[in-house]
Amino acid sequence: MMLKIIKLARKSPISARIGFVIIVINICAAVFAPVICPFGETEVVGDTWLLASADHLLGTDHLGRDMFTRLIFGARNTIAIAMIITILSFLIGTVTGFFAAIMGGWADLVISRIVDILMAFPTLIFALMVLSVVGTGTLPLIVVIALLDSTRVYRLSRAVAMDIAVMEYVEAARLRGEKLWWLMRDEILPNAMPPLVAEFGLRFCFVFLFIAALSFLGLGIQPPTADWGGMVRENAGAITFGIMTPLYPAAAIALLTIGVNLIVDWFLHIASGLKE
Amino acid sequence: MNMILKMVFKRIALGLLTLLVISVLIFVGVEALPGDLAEAILGQNASPETVAAFRQELKLDLPAHVRYFAWLGGFLTGDLGNSLANGRPIAELIGWRFANSIFLASAAAVVSVPVSVVLGLLAALKRNTLFDKIISMSTLSTISFPEFFVAYILIALFSVKLVLFPSISSLNDHMTFVEKIYTITLPCLTLVLVVAAHMMRQTRAAIINILSSPFIEMARLKGLKQSRIIVLHAFPNALSPVINVIALNLAYLVVGVVIVEVVFVYPGLGQLLVDSVAKRDIPVVQASGLIFAATYIGVNILADVLSIISNPRLRNPR
Repeated sequence: MMLKIIKLARKSPISARIGFVIIVINICAAVFAPVICPFGETEVVGDTWLLASADHLLGTDHLGRDMFTRLIFGARNTIAIAMIITILSFLIGTVTGFFAAIMGGWADLVISRIVDILMAFPTLIFALMVLSVVGTGTLPLIVVIALLDSTRVYRLSRAVAMDIAVMEYVEAARLRGEKLWWLMRDEILPNAMPPLVAEFGLRFCFVFLFIAALSFLGLGIQPPTADWGGMVRENAGAITFGIMTPLYPAAAIALLTIGVNLIVDWFLHIASGLKE
Repeated sequence: MNMILKMVFKRIALGLLTLLVISVLIFVGVEALPGDLAEAILGQNASPETVAAFRQELKLDLPAHVRYFAWLGGFLTGDLGNSLANGRPIAELIGWRFANSIFLASAAAVVSVPVSVVLGLLAALKRNTLFDKIISMSTLSTISFPEFFVAYILIALFSVKLVLFPSISSLNDHMTFVEKIYTITLPCLTLVLVVAAHMMRQTRAAIINILSSPFIEMARLKGLKQSRIIVLHAFPNALSPVINVIALNLAYLVVGVVIVEVVFVYPGLGQLLVDSVAKRDIPVVQASGLIFAATYIGVNILADVLSIISNPRLRNPR
């Protein structure tokens, strides 16, 4: 397995390698944030909107906090929450998707119609409405986005599992008297992995951009927690004075998304077996 | 023809049904609120009189299904109730803002649709050339950018450095059409960039899909001219997927305006929705949410209907 991965990585195109480097840098920043950062996450260190200098690599923000420090801590908070949401949404989506595909009949019909309705509604608007009712906060944010996003995972995993569920070996396992959970975990899941992995990357990007958008609207991760979308919002006023501060966190969001997209593109390219 | 009509009607009926279910969802969402809505919004320290007044204002003392039908009926007749925040009729708040949002979205659509369909088509025809690679790289980066990043780059460039366009797009009734267009240049450009990237990629994929299908290969093997293959064989079949791509992106545009409106302080429905969510002005949130949903579903129905009509296989059944 390990050898296979190394072999694949050797043949990877330059774009995928760039993507890999971007992701590794981001993960390092997220994990080692307290070690790298010269200041505390919410520590006020100087005047507002200082320009970049040796002390403050990226200047300071609207309250005089070190922008570089906030950016690194922002990586930690934003990526961690996006990751939790994506994993949660995959847990919900694949379990219900596989379940629907194996059971068929009424169970499939009911779940699929519910998902159809949720998907007919623009995600951002839905999230805004739910947040207006339950109020803003990290927990509602995680639950709401995970639930909304799991509808897309459901669609894919159901479609993939449908093809697998009719295979002879699944039939054999059924006749052997295996339980539902075994069918999902040991028969369907291993064979559904490649498309699900690629989808995981895409969903992560989507969730990540989505949290950024909500935070930017002031309805996502709440201050004083450093978070890239929120940092853009807080510093947005600076741009009209020609100070580029809000562009740094926005660029960080874009960079990480590009990185993940590059890897996913390469992965899809391999998995599709190539049309061109 | 009869079959097509039937499919079209079926699609429209399904769309209306979805909308109805969503209106129930929007309504029930508020019911499902943990605890009492009045207390949740007014806070635990609110006096009993305020809570009672609030409950009466929202008609919380009536049973749920009665309120739902009253709400829906009001919606259809244009009476949306009053805002909690300032007590003004919601219809008055929403009407002109919705018109502004539609104005912005359609301006973006008018620019982005032709540009991206043509560029996507060219990229598909000149597959794997330098031109294609540039298109594919730049669209991949653009779809990775959050809308507000694109917006702030444009502001930094065009309104701070070059001082060409305003960074705040406030409209008023005294403006002429040209002045309005000038004011919304930057938000419109932001939407165009974001939507066009998606549209180009999808158009390219749809066209490549058609070009690699057996009947095109057959036409090639018969020795037909390239131009004839494209115009007579590929185009009629590509029409349906391309229309679908366009409509999907228009639906996206309807929602995409929310963030762009906030960046440029544009007086649209999205801005109102975001403000109301922050203020927890739930009647306004419900009303504007339902309008967004209706527009979104409407565009999706239109997409499906157009693609049913433009599909040659459905139009000429065997």
